[in-house]
Amino acid sequence: MQVPDGLLYTQDHEWLRVEGEEAVVGITEYAATELGDIVFVEMPAVGARFEPAQSFGVIESVKTASDLYSPAAGEIISINEALHDKPELVNTDPYGEGWMIRIKLATGAGAPDGLMEAAAYRALIEAA
Amino acid sequence: MTDDAPQLRNTALVERHRELGARLIDFAGWLMPVSYSGILEEHKAVRERVGLFDLSHMGEVWVSGPGAATGLAAALVSDPTRLAEGRAHYSMICADDGGIIDDLIVYRVAPERFMVVPNASNREAVAAALRERLAGHDAVLDDASLRTSLVAVQGPRAAELLQPLTDIDLAPLKYYAIAAGHACGQPVLIARTGYTGEDGFELFLDWELAHPVWDTLLDAGKGFDILPCGLGSRDTLRLEAGMPLYGNELDRATNPFDAGLGRVVKLDKPNDFVGRAALEKVAADGPKKQLVGLTMRGRNVARHGYPVSMPAETAPMGVVTSGAPSPTLGVPIAMAYVPPPNSAVGTMVEVAVRSTQAEADIVQLPFYKRS
Repeated sequence: MQVPDGLLYTQDHEWLRVEGEEAVVGITEYAATELGDIVFVEMPAVGARFEPAQSFGVIESVKTASDLYSPAAGEIISINEALHDKPELVNTDPYGEGWMIRIKLATGAGAPDGLMEAAAYRALIEAA
Repeated sequence: MTDDAPQLRNTALVERHRELGARLIDFAGWLMPVSYSGILEEHKAVRERVGLFDLSHMGEVWVSGPGAATGLAAALVSDPTRLAEGRAHYSMICADDGGIIDDLIVYRVAPERFMVVPNASNREAVAAALRERLAGHDAVLDDASLRTSLVAVQGPRAAELLQPLTDIDLAPLKYYAIAAGHACGQPVLIARTGYTGEDGFELFLDWELAHPVWDTLLDAGKGFDILPCGLGSRDTLRLEAGMPLYGNELDRATNPFDAGLGRVVKLDKPNDFVGRAALEKVAADGPKKQLVGLTMRGRNVARHGYPVSMPAETAPMGVVTSGAPSPTLGVPIAMAYVPPPNSAVGTMVEVAVRSTQAEADIVQLPFYKRS
């Protein structure tokens, strides 16, 4: 199970990659595998603002629907339009083409608080 | 897991499932595979080729003796006295008020020997109710569930796969028929039944014989691109086929007529049966709710428990019982209970999917019928 270094993680299995004052968000390979075949990702509107741990969307797999939680405070500056026609990208490339949203961080440049490094997240899923 | 957590039962094949990379879940107290390679792939394998299922959690309750047929006719809503030897029918066991205790298949394996197959979750309730209702009939009950394995091969190529491995001639074995013989070198009962909407077979066998049979079928199935399939695809397959699932479409608060299965209730059978008076009244007055099929106009998936309403009405009139994205149709489908006046095919309804009212159309069941 891949847990790339350099990303930050939530307890709810989202990842966040900081790029200056912006960040890209998706769900982890562990989450995608647990959900199974993903068929639909309900995305927020560009411009919407979210607080940490607030639901920004919903992911539907064949078996279940799960909320997606924002790892950080920020405003949506773009969403991954490719997921509309190819939601399965979340299964096949969760850290790459399966990304979900790009946000402008409310806290400015740098890593937001309250997130896990890769090692801590690895420990979390190994204990699950 | 705490000490007082109930222990999950394992089928004889649990290690095979682990080796095959299955995701295992608690299902009705059993540790069961939900999927191996993915629900969509497994679903497609069954629709287009063949899939292999371990269904050993299902119950097998034997009722035998000179009074077995009449005893079962008094216990169930169907009339097993009319079953020919080697044939089966779909049935239900109801409470006095007509509520469904379980749905089941009754096989007449020999003139005085019947095998009743209930759901895993209801096995004990069914066995207890049957035991009570058979009192006074010259019949004995034997719950063989925990010493019987059940392996199913389902899909258009199931017969091609199974025929070379069995001494039972499958060509004359009709849908809902059962025969005793050998498969993969082991003594089995083979029934042409399933829960997928495809042709297929269910193999009942002694508990530990599941290993050689499973391995042989999986190996011989390579030529057909067989996939081991879990309960996830079983669920999407049966939903497309419009087949009810106990706990979703069927429960104690639902009678067979509600579920559109009034034809299963044989009100013309000569003797009394449990639930008769209540069911006669439902048959005369009409059911209070009606099971319908829904297709969603958008991509939101209606799932179990979501409220259903008429457009622009705030109060829900019904509820979704099962829903999933249909792998075959490519749109989300669901089954729901609605009031009979609102149940016509073509009616547009709304399903509350989280914060949105998602539009859906009532359609004819089943969603999928094999050609």
